[in-house]
Amino acid sequence: MKRLFPIFSVITAIFLAYALHLALGKGTPTDAQQGDVYRIIYYHVPSAWTAFLLFFINFVASIQYLVSAKESTQRAAKWIVIAVGVIGVIATFLPQVQQRLVSAGMRPSAMATTVLCIPAFYFFVGKFFPGQRLDVLAVTTAEVGVVFCTIVLVTGPIWARPVWGIWWAPGDIRLTSTLVLWLIYVSYLVLRRFSSSAQTQMLAAALAVFGALDVPLVYFSIWFFRTQHPQPVIGGGGSMDPRMLHVLVISWMAFLCFAFLVCWSRFRLELLHREVEEAHAMESLVGTGGAAAKASVPLTRSPQ
Amino acid sequence: MSLWSVTLATLRKDIRLEWRSKDALNSMLFFSLLVVVIFVFSFDPLAEESRHIVGGLVWIGFLFASMMALNQTWARELRNQVLDAYRVSPAPANALFLAKALGNFIFVSVLEALMTPLFVIFYNLRVLGPAWQLIPIAVLGTWALVVNGTFFAAMSLRTRSREIMLPLLLFPISIPAVIAMVAATTAILTGEDSAHFWIVLLLTYDVVFTTACLALFETILHAE
Repeated sequence: MKRLFPIFSVITAIFLAYALHLALGKGTPTDAQQGDVYRIIYYHVPSAWTAFLLFFINFVASIQYLVSAKESTQRAAKWIVIAVGVIGVIATFLPQVQQRLVSAGMRPSAMATTVLCIPAFYFFVGKFFPGQRLDVLAVTTAEVGVVFCTIVLVTGPIWARPVWGIWWAPGDIRLTSTLVLWLIYVSYLVLRRFSSSAQTQMLAAALAVFGALDVPLVYFSIWFFRTQHPQPVIGGGGSMDPRMLHVLVISWMAFLCFAFLVCWSRFRLELLHREVEEAHAMESLVGTGGAAAKASVPLTRSPQ
Repeated sequence: MSLWSVTLATLRKDIRLEWRSKDALNSMLFFSLLVVVIFVFSFDPLAEESRHIVGGLVWIGFLFASMMALNQTWARELRNQVLDAYRVSPAPANALFLAKALGNFIFVSVLEALMTPLFVIFYNLRVLGPAWQLIPIAVLGTWALVVNGTFFAAMSLRTRSREIMLPLLLFPISIPAVIAMVAATTAILTGEDSAHFWIVLLLTYDVVFTTACLALFETILHAE
């Protein structure tokens, strides 16, 4: 695994460069109304998708961590997730829901696949990140997610200034909910930084769940205002040039690789950090100095 | 021991404590009085303008003032290891949470009842919409603040400098509730819109977060 890291970073760098080349090159058409300014979406939109994906992973990991404390809640959560998947898939095939989806520009089959991904993802995370690793995953994704969300919040106004004439539209639904999401996750990181010792993980997981509950409410509270943000290009009934869409997806793939790379190294760093802390704690328990203490606290890394 | 008997006993104890010391209420009252006065000096609006901004000012004042009650909710229990004793007792954890949240709800409601006339006097307010709707908004809005506030106060007990932590945790989560409270109050004061949507939103917020708090409080209390 460790040897794969440099290879993967080189691939990611090449991929990102290729995406940039496509985004700025002559191959993608210039927008009819906005001119070349629009090209920022090749960075803005992929960052947003990546950030939301990372926050979603954080949410799943936090739930898994919270329920893993007790056997009974774990079992209950498992069945709830399965029920969500089944009901979601059935719901997308109900005629009324289907009508709504189609009028919103979404394909029901795509929606059903997305819904199915949720339980699959839940079990994937639970299987591959047992115990403390769930918490490490939550820290990692929250930190990297905040970085990507910051990119979104910075590139947004840069684009809005020439196109809308204003830096920021306070009543806009996507802007404000992204900002609130960012605020929630910053407070999550602050909690982690300020909280001491062993309970941090449980508290942080609870806060992540609260944040996830909050986001739909934020969305509805601003839904009442007229929104100024352009409709989403995928699933929003947008009329985007297929060449642009092609570049956008490639750019997203490059961003995903980059996010994965950063998460990977952060994950390893956090694991190492915890091992060092544990070793220090053990050392102070056993007593400082002496070969016996050293021998009983091996500083070896657990296999990745 | 049933949930309600423990809740009532704890609530009665908290109210008696507050009645004798009046720590939280006095500081909250004086703080929000200061907020009113400072806002009057810094804005000095006409009656017509004030209808549009007072909804925001009132709730910002109450939000900041309620931090004082919320911060000392659990700090009191830390003295003489009362909280540890509670943890090992067979009393249900949610009873403690409910009692604390109800206690804070009562304190903040008293504060609101005393401060609202002052806002009316200082800003020459006259309500143009259906005024009775302000009562459900105040009740739901106050509960929205204190239920999460009590929970996050318990959470920030375990952190360094917990008094700074509470607003940092609470404000981001409270944003939809604050938006709804301010928008609903403004809608009623100006009489331009119906506040119906916002009341439903506040109700949803209250139901969702009360459930979440009750579901997670035991984990937070026993997180060791």
